[in-house]
Amino acid sequence: MLPGAQDHGCAGSGCHIAVSAYGVVMEHSPVKLACHNVWKLFGNGAERVMAQTRGNPGMTEIEQAGLIGAVRNANLEIREGEIFVIMGLSGSGKSTLVRCLSRLIEPTAGEILFDGRDLLRADEREMIDIRRHKMGMVFQHFALLPHLTVLQNVAFPLDVQGISRAEREKAAHEVIDLVGLKGRESYYPRELSGGQQQRVGIARSLAVNPELWFLDEPFSALDPLIRREMQDEFLRLQNLLRKTIVFITHDFDEAIRLADRIAIMKDGEVIQIASPEELVLNPATDYVAEFTRHIPRAKVLTAGSLAREGEPKGTIAGAVNASDRIEDIADRVESADGPMAVEDGNGSRIGYIERQQVIDVLVGRVPAK
Amino acid sequence: MIALGPYCISRKAAFWLVILAASILLGQYGKDLAAALDAKWLIKFPRELTFPIKDDISRFMAWLVEDAGFGLFSFVDLTRGIAWLIEVPYAFMRGLLIDGLVFGVGNEAVQILPPLSWVAVITVVVAIGRWAGSWILAGFVGACFLYLAAFGEWESAMITLASILIAVPFGVAGGLGLGVAGFKWRWLDRILTPILDLMQTVPVFAYLVPILFLFGFGPVSALVATVIYAMPPMVRVTTLALRAVPAEIDEFSRMTGCTERQRLWRVLIPTALPGLMVGVNQVIMLSLNMVIIASMIGAGGLGYDVLTSLRRLDIGGGLESGVAIVVLAIALDRLSQAMVSRASPAHSEDSRSFLKRHPWLTTCVVVIVGTGLLGLIAPAVQNYPEAAQITTGKIWEDLVGWLNVNFFDQIEAVKTFALIHFMVPVKRLLLELPWPWVLFILTLAGWQLGGLRLACLCFALTAFILSNGLWAKAMITVYLCGVSVVIACLIGIPLGILSAQNDRANRVVQAGIDTLQTLPSFVYLIPVVMLFRVGDFSAMIAVILYALAPAVRYASHGIRSIPPELLEAGIVSGCTRRQLLTRIKLPLAMPEIMLGINQTIMLALSMLVITALVGTRDLGQEVYIALTKADTGRGVVAGLSVAFIAIIADRLISAGAVRARKRLGLN
Ligand SMILES: Nc1ncnc2c1ncn2[C@@H]1O[C@H](COP(=O)(O)OP(=O)(O)O)[C@@H](O)[C@H]1O
Ligand SMILES: [Mg+2]
Repeated sequence: MLPGAQDHGCAGSGCHIAVSAYGVVMEHSPVKLACHNVWKLFGNGAERVMAQTRGNPGMTEIEQAGLIGAVRNANLEIREGEIFVIMGLSGSGKSTLVRCLSRLIEPTAGEILFDGRDLLRADEREMIDIRRHKMGMVFQHFALLPHLTVLQNVAFPLDVQGISRAEREKAAHEVIDLVGLKGRESYYPRELSGGQQQRVGIARSLAVNPELWFLDEPFSALDPLIRREMQDEFLRLQNLLRKTIVFITHDFDEAIRLADRIAIMKDGEVIQIASPEELVLNPATDYVAEFTRHIPRAKVLTAGSLAREGEPKGTIAGAVNASDRIEDIADRVESADGPMAVEDGNGSRIGYIERQQVIDVLVGRVPAK
Repeated sequence: MIALGPYCISRKAAFWLVILAASILLGQYGKDLAAALDAKWLIKFPRELTFPIKDDISRFMAWLVEDAGFGLFSFVDLTRGIAWLIEVPYAFMRGLLIDGLVFGVGNEAVQILPPLSWVAVITVVVAIGRWAGSWILAGFVGACFLYLAAFGEWESAMITLASILIAVPFGVAGGLGLGVAGFKWRWLDRILTPILDLMQTVPVFAYLVPILFLFGFGPVSALVATVIYAMPPMVRVTTLALRAVPAEIDEFSRMTGCTERQRLWRVLIPTALPGLMVGVNQVIMLSLNMVIIASMIGAGGLGYDVLTSLRRLDIGGGLESGVAIVVLAIALDRLSQAMVSRASPAHSEDSRSFLKRHPWLTTCVVVIVGTGLLGLIAPAVQNYPEAAQITTGKIWEDLVGWLNVNFFDQIEAVKTFALIHFMVPVKRLLLELPWPWVLFILTLAGWQLGGLRLACLCFALTAFILSNGLWAKAMITVYLCGVSVVIACLIGIPLGILSAQNDRANRVVQAGIDTLQTLPSFVYLIPVVMLFRVGDFSAMIAVILYALAPAVRYASHGIRSIPPELLEAGIVSGCTRRQLLTRIKLPLAMPEIMLGINQTIMLALSMLVITALVGTRDLGQEVYIALTKADTGRGVVAGLSVAFIAIIADRLISAGAVRARKRLGLN
């Protein structure tokens, strides 16, 4: 049986369940979902403005037409099995973008390719089919149906597909166990705490075993402690399930913690897409730099990025993974007798890391490579 | 700003004060002025200028009934179809509750099943009470129905109940359907809203006239009127409740791949259920109200008993039936309120058999069958034994007689005082006000408060009343409504303020108001006629009682919803309690209080038309006469005139409240 959610031995910071960093594994995965030049302008006459400006209206043109440029020229490629986080302040267009990706909102212009096929060309029936079998979504305020029990809520997506009661309840029980809500099946949503409600939301979105998993600020409505617990839970699930995930948040810490890659949005525009490490090391604009400034380097830098080439002075005292974050290996490296080898995913050595480097990172000095 | 002694009054307020003063002067001396100018037309709208449309409406209705058709079927077929649709379930329900299920017609009819025994009905009601609420509720509604049986009102009450049980499903289903359609198609909503507005402002009697014409005298007419009357709030509530479903839940339904139908029936409507139940409660209470009033066109039941007693001036009988209506109304209201709160369920770990999980259903079935069989040998089980019936008619009659003998002078003194010093002067003032002046003032007010559109609306609606030659009657309506509303506000707003500041007072006041609001409007007439006999004064008292509730509620709510920081700011600045009230609470609650006055006016107008039964000479009387003569055109025009007065008042006050809100910077 899978570990229940109640026993959070690793809710603290020490036990970070590492998900392979983007650079190491994901680069070679196929693109699951891509969007090219996607625009969403709210207001009347959006198409006209798009046509007049030959598909590339500027901020002033949009405002003059009395429109809201919620998403402006977004280009993303989301790879199979990665956690792709879209980060931005409130009102920056994250929700609109993710709703364009799932076509809950019809984009004003652009192309959305799901497994290479243009979603915007799919008709009503095809869309229903795709959503029933391939997509799942988790909402900020849970969006549970108040008149159904936990079990019925989780089984609901299967119910609308017309799956028999026995079969859908069996599937629902499985995911309810998975998110650690066993024993609460007959409760109604309002009898549960916020964290538990979101677990139901997560279970429900997983009930159909989707390939693509959208989460729109799933933990933002929760208290900070619960939020952290849910993040760990989320990572545990992803380690198990390996979904392709689009995760929205306005919390940069959360983004750093969870993401393989992060897209930063501002005023409807995607201004940088990079791994957390790259974002911190090479922010594209001052705006991004402002976000990353307060982030402890140890949380984002990986052993791989610090690895020195060549032969170390002392004897190698052990090995760490290139994708391990400094925060998680600091204790081991610091207490080791000598430098540690840095290995890639296949176990072959790409360099070494020394105690001093880790200490530099931890105290906030610019580490020497 | 104009300085007036120590007070500063804004220019606008000063302007309206001048207008008011001018109006009073004109009202006082209008007649003399007209005489001096030799222009009688100033007071009395010239007959040559009127374009009465009542005959056109009558002709149109006649054409509908005689010639109109839709190709395949005629209009009459349509009304017959509707009548059949209502008649069949109604006959069944009557059979179930009163007559027994009968097979065959006329003399050959055989009763195959007896009606539900009184024991069975009470058991069912108690079971519903327990299921929807608590044992307390169950006991309460059981006692209410037992009262009906014990006091000999059973059969009338069951006729009324049968009408309600038929009208409510039609009203709810129709309202739900239209509401859902309005939710789906914005354009339909835009068409429906003004129609619903009009339907809710046209007085109830006015509905009865065309329906009487189309469907004839009888229970079907009454039910059609009831359904039409009770449906509008359900339409509105449905649309609003569906709109209020969180966007995320709707998005969830689409992300799950719900079809359009699944989205509506499996996600949106269940989520909106608590809101929808509020609508159901309203449909039930409005149906009861209308079923009572519709006794004038053949509904029968308790309303009919009251009506005949009123006509015979049978005090005891009228009060008895009136109390029965009150009892039934309160029982139905508590039951449906409990169902509203039941709409949010709690979990239970229950996997027992169906019968054990539904003990109430099981009990009911057992009792129904049991008493049905037992009733064959013991009639007392089937029908409440007549020997055990209690009649209170005599007691009531004696009580009222005693009041009238011992307090005649006091009652008469109050009545005369009010008439001479308050009502008659206002009436004279309004009747002698030159109509062009009124037209001008209303248009000006519309323009000031809401711009050109509102000005045009006020002008057009006032002109409609003028051109149909109903000016004098409309002015009497305005006068009666005005004096009642003023007194209702003088009583209601202070009560509201009191209950906002004092929790104990609040509980008492709220309970009183709740009860007043559940009573069908007809009921108010009974005690008033008993004590004050017929006339304007009686009408005014009935209207005040009926229209009091919103004045209290809105004032209380307005003060309670002031942000606490503002009050704290006042306290920190050293306001006394009195200053806190007059400087902070009242000004901030003013928009809400205005809306309360608005609602009071609406209720007053709707009640005013019913008080035609106690002998007023206003538009209500016009509708009432039309009803007795089945003169559709006359009834519709008079009804519309009342509605237009209501609309003018409503739009002007709402616009004023919106402005006040803006000025105060409240949402
Ligand atoms: N249905 C809508 N109509 C008009 N404007 C909208 C609508 N939805 C969102 N917006 C606007 O688009 C912008 C982006 O909103 P949103 O995508 O919700 O931002 P975020 O999720 O990042 O907080 C905001 O300025 C918001 O006001
Ligand atoms: Mg958002």
